[in-house]
Amino acid sequence: MSDFFTVSVLLATLAAGIRLATPFLLAALGETLGQRSGVLNLGVEGVMLLGAYGAYYATLRTESVLLGIVIGLAVGGAMGIVYGVVTLALKAEQGISGIGIFIFGLGLSDLLFQKQVGTPTPIDGLGDLAIPVLGDLPWVGEVLFHQNVLVYVAFLLVPAMWYLINRTPFGMNVRAVGETPEAADSLGVSVNRTRYITIFVGNALAGLAGASLALELGIFQQNLTNGHGFIAVALVYFGAWRPVGVMAGSMVFGLVSAMVLQWKTLGIVVGTTASIVGMFPAVLTILVLVLVSRRTGSPSALTRPFERGH
Amino acid sequence: MAPTTAGDLLLEMEGITKRFPGVVANEAVDFDVRRGEVHTLLGENGAGKSTLMKILYGLYHADEGEVRLSGKPVTINSPSDAIDRGIGMIHQHFMLVPTLTVAENVALGLPPIRRIRQDLGPVRERISELSDAYGLQVDPDAYIWQLAVGERQRVEIMKAIYRDVSLLILDEPTSVLTPAEVDDLFVTLRQMTDGGRGLVFISHKLHEVMALSDRITVLRGGRVTGRTMPSETSREQLAHMMVGREVQLAPTRLESKAAEARLKVKDLNVLGDRGTPAVTDFDLEVRSGEVVGIAGVSGNGQRELAEALAGLRPVVSGEVVMNGVETTDRTPKEIRRLGVSYIPEERMRDGAIGEFSVAENLILTDHDRPPISRRGLLDFKQIEDGCSDLVRRFTVKTPTLDTPTANLSGGNIQKLVIARELSGEPELLIASQPTRGVDIGAAEYIHTVLMDQRAGGTAILLISEDLDEVIGLSDRIAVMFEGRIMGTLDQEEATVQRLGLLMAGVSE
Ligand SMILES: Nc1ncnc2c1ncn2[C@@H]1O[C@H](COP(=O)(O)OP(=O)(O)OP(=O)(O)O)[C@@H](O)[C@H]1O
Ligand SMILES: [Mg+2]
Repeated sequence: MSDFFTVSVLLATLAAGIRLATPFLLAALGETLGQRSGVLNLGVEGVMLLGAYGAYYATLRTESVLLGIVIGLAVGGAMGIVYGVVTLALKAEQGISGIGIFIFGLGLSDLLFQKQVGTPTPIDGLGDLAIPVLGDLPWVGEVLFHQNVLVYVAFLLVPAMWYLINRTPFGMNVRAVGETPEAADSLGVSVNRTRYITIFVGNALAGLAGASLALELGIFQQNLTNGHGFIAVALVYFGAWRPVGVMAGSMVFGLVSAMVLQWKTLGIVVGTTASIVGMFPAVLTILVLVLVSRRTGSPSALTRPFERGH
Repeated sequence: MAPTTAGDLLLEMEGITKRFPGVVANEAVDFDVRRGEVHTLLGENGAGKSTLMKILYGLYHADEGEVRLSGKPVTINSPSDAIDRGIGMIHQHFMLVPTLTVAENVALGLPPIRRIRQDLGPVRERISELSDAYGLQVDPDAYIWQLAVGERQRVEIMKAIYRDVSLLILDEPTSVLTPAEVDDLFVTLRQMTDGGRGLVFISHKLHEVMALSDRITVLRGGRVTGRTMPSETSREQLAHMMVGREVQLAPTRLESKAAEARLKVKDLNVLGDRGTPAVTDFDLEVRSGEVVGIAGVSGNGQRELAEALAGLRPVVSGEVVMNGVETTDRTPKEIRRLGVSYIPEERMRDGAIGEFSVAENLILTDHDRPPISRRGLLDFKQIEDGCSDLVRRFTVKTPTLDTPTANLSGGNIQKLVIARELSGEPELLIASQPTRGVDIGAAEYIHTVLMDQRAGGTAILLISEDLDEVIGLSDRIAVMFEGRIMGTLDQEEATVQRLGLLMAGVSE
């Protein structure tokens, strides 16, 4: 095997890893925001599926990828409002409600797909967008700067989310509400208003994550996300509720997935072995979670609804 | 007294009634506060003091009654409404976000100085100014979790002063403070009233009430049962008004002979939450039938010592022998099985489960053995009888045994934990601040039980910041300073002055 071949395979794998990390990253950043305010949403997977279908269908009908992205965000945001009403106004148990959202999203996305589309029809998804100058850099350019627009968006959201949480007045309210809601309330901070906002934004990002998956692959099918949303929730714990940690987790996950894919394509692993190796990312998450789960930094009020006396 | 005009009145609450399932917490209560005065609310645990103040602060809604501020009727539906009208409240339990800094906690809920980028510079500056003006030492950049309780209380006061409240409610602000910190607090509070603010003060410590108040209103069972002033009353009279009977303010010590050692601690070393030494080379012996008091300013290792003895905190090195058994690597459950009872200092957090009923909390530590359970089944008749008896003896005020514990008043949760720990006739009792937050009637009863158990042969380790209590109950008193014993005094030679010096780290 020539050097050139190995290097280009390596670069391609890295580039694919970053691309594959994107849906995880978008969804996990959204979930981070929600959890920092004290709300757990296990329904990310369902919201991603609906976002993915919305984005796919809009693009299929209008041939506008941009509209697809917007629909993905909007569907996610709408689900956020639903989840907010269920867990904040009605104070339903968060773990159970999240599972409900997942089942709802799984069923509805498939139903709509069967009714409105029926046969799998590919769409023209997201093309790569080379960044001028940076894209011409050797190696780095190929890995980092020949990606689709949502990859850039996702990675730019990492510092943005950090800034929002740690450097803005709103972020301070989020941290307070997720830690000691009674204290925030006693100073006139509206606990539920803060949580509605984080859930809305968080779910919109989950919708966008679904859109990124559908538009990247250019198709939709039943259960397209295949566990992405659940892994995104795990990544929030992995990243200790910090955007940078979440990004690191998403990258590990994306890169391992890319490697496994590459091995399969190159025929390094075949048949049953390939299936077993295919489980590698999932096993890895569990292992890492066991190893890093110190739960330090976990928002104290996570999953606890807020109620003020009467 | 100068005649009062309506203009002097900052606050009037009239005919306030508030019912909870099974209890009337406030019944037709009238209460007012004038500018520049401290008006104290006094009453037993569960008398309705916090409820009345939570209504004023918008945390509860009154069923009946009217609230007027400077003569104008107002409705206060939320803390924001209260803050907008210049009312501040220091709650019975801290209302601070431990993961935020002092400045962030102060800024929380204030209109942001800049919309996007958080700018706490001006907040920090103002905190420093106010620190100087009011003698409130706080570091704006420290995280709350790094602060000792006394400092946390200063942050609570800072939050109120920063908002320039005209009426400040202080619900048991002194229960976690040392005598010196209380003195400092009173200086600050006097400065606030001199500036024309009105204060509502709640405390179970009668000497504080006598020292600080301009007027006193006594609540019992939700109703006003008396109004007086320090110049017209005494501690004994106040106690009588609260409880409705004579209360003995100082405990009676019975004859008791110390026998064999029940607790032996040798060269004990324990780390604090932040990994720094909290207890250093600690030696102690407590014998059957004696009370050994541990005095000291909070934060000098008392909590860590108690937790290590109870098996809740790892021991770095040294020896702990209870009833002849080495316990340094025993679990809390094994230690309890040796006949050890433990009254934790943070009873809300470490001693009771809020969602559990009163009865469930009362059987929490021995629900898995006879007489409470047999062959894996709970004996409900036994539980009901035992619990009713405890609730009556310790005057735990609760509508039923099935009431969720979180619904009880602060002091009644304290009593619940104490009742459970004192009920088992322990061989060794570790009691941290056993009367903190409980009313004088209950304190009297707890003291009696402790003295009875001592006479019955229990070895008692009493950790308390209340010097009167330590001197009144202990046979020997060890003073802790920075994790070590500064000195040990016998009961006869212990005075507040001598203990105070040792507590300040001055050896004799
Ligand atoms: N949220 C609630 N739900 C049900 N009952 C309550 C609630 N809050 C208070 N109560 C009841 O109202 C009564 C008065 O309680 P409150 O907290 O006002 O007492 P307190 O005078 O402040 O006592 P303490 O000295 O122990 O703090 C108690 O019997 C308590 O059980
Ligand atoms: Mg109270």
